[in-house]
Amino acid sequence: MPDHNQALDAAIDHLPIRITINGIEHARAVAPWTILLDLLREDLHLTGSKKGCDHGQCGSCTVLIDGQRMNACLQLAVMRDGAHITTVEGLAAPDGTLHPVQDALIEHDAFQCGYCTPGQICSAFALLTEGRAHTEDEIRESMSSNLCRCGAYPNIVRAVQHVLGGGR
Amino acid sequence: MNRFSYARAADVPGAVREAATPRAKFISGGTNLIDLMKYNVEAPSRLVDITRLPGLDTIEAVEGGLRIGALVSNTALAAHPEVEARYPLLSNTILHGASPQLRNAASTGGNLLQRTRCYYFYDTATPCNKREPGTGCPAKAGLSRVHAILGASEQCIATHPSDMCVALAALAATVQVTGPGGDRTIAFADFHRLPGDTPEIDTTLARDEIVTSVTLPADSAAFAAHHTYLKLRDRHSYAFALVSVAAALRMDGGAIAEARIALGGVAHKPWRDPAAEDLLRGQAPGPEAFGRVADHVLADAKGYPGNAFKIGLARRAIVRALAQAAAGTPQRPSDKHYS
Repeated sequence: MPDHNQALDAAIDHLPIRITINGIEHARAVAPWTILLDLLREDLHLTGSKKGCDHGQCGSCTVLIDGQRMNACLQLAVMRDGAHITTVEGLAAPDGTLHPVQDALIEHDAFQCGYCTPGQICSAFALLTEGRAHTEDEIRESMSSNLCRCGAYPNIVRAVQHVLGGGR
Repeated sequence: MNRFSYARAADVPGAVREAATPRAKFISGGTNLIDLMKYNVEAPSRLVDITRLPGLDTIEAVEGGLRIGALVSNTALAAHPEVEARYPLLSNTILHGASPQLRNAASTGGNLLQRTRCYYFYDTATPCNKREPGTGCPAKAGLSRVHAILGASEQCIATHPSDMCVALAALAATVQVTGPGGDRTIAFADFHRLPGDTPEIDTTLARDEIVTSVTLPADSAAFAAHHTYLKLRDRHSYAFALVSVAAALRMDGGAIAEARIALGGVAHKPWRDPAAEDLLRGQAPGPEAFGRVADHVLADAKGYPGNAFKIGLARRAIVRALAQAAAGTPQRPSDKHYS
């Protein structure tokens, strides 16, 4: 119903939000139905976070919201007014030095097409801060909602194990 | 996604007033509602953001039990030290559901109110009595792996998809709600309903009522030593249950003093059968006693072409879950080596 939506687009106010992304605060006016992932990609041109399924099933849009990993495709931007968000673009040091998770994924050949990789990186980064996954089985469980259609799972698990300091 | 207006509720009375708007819906974690809106299954006129309501994001001791605020995330609930120590079945069960990303976003109240994952409910190109009353139920003769074998009706064979709610049913939680008529408490067994002739109604919560908390009773802590959540599914992680069983036993020496058994993935609500549970009172744990319980629970089970296998699966799952609970060896979410 594009005509109906266009009429409502004009009738419903855009709402002011302030949102800090990778340390930089942005002031925006967003429509209530703006999805956080779309704000990141289409408005702020942070295209590292990927739109895979757009339904919270594949994990390729994983970002950190106030330190916790979440699916950006299932978040309304307006509800995250005031939040601090970290995307894959914000994990390396300011001088470009990669985060150890990023280094480990390269070192362990843990991706092929790379589409799921930003989500894998954000998820693995969160796994480290959560501190609950230690064994291979626990890593697999904790990373199970980040799908990789190339099937790089064994090397992703090894990369995470490497960073945890527990394996090769 | 349809267009809608947005309001940020400042307090519970304000949220209840906002709910009076026709076709308004509350939103907290949004992990199910936003997904349903993307599929055009839900099309609210107004979303009332309740995530900033004060006082609903804490877990507090009450009368020897625990009161869990409706906005407590699934992650925070599973990791709470008092939950891990006194109600480990709940903690363990939550960690069998969804993913870290979803559990971080999803709230306690929202988990109760999530909708079925019936494939036909999600697909607006097909009939569905839950989505559009009177159009029919294609699941009965179609794909029904995640569908009901207990308590279904000719109109609907959908299941409630939650894991957490299966544990809450076993632990005899209560649900505190507020609406225009004031506060009330709903026993967990009465919160979700069977489909009957009105499958479009999932719960006994009124449209303008809001869940404020879920309370775990003090006496349910007696099951902390003997429990399990056994979840059987098409892949070992990140999938909805075909059949799941929350089993909890209170032991008195070598005999079972009290048993709680709740099933997920098999009915429109977490399925409990108190008469079957009573069969275990005073019994020694063992496969024959457990089998009698399973037969009682499943006596009226009805399968459809796509899910009749679940009756046998449920029987074996009940027996195995009770054995795990009796042995004090709960199924861990990360244990993929099912014996």
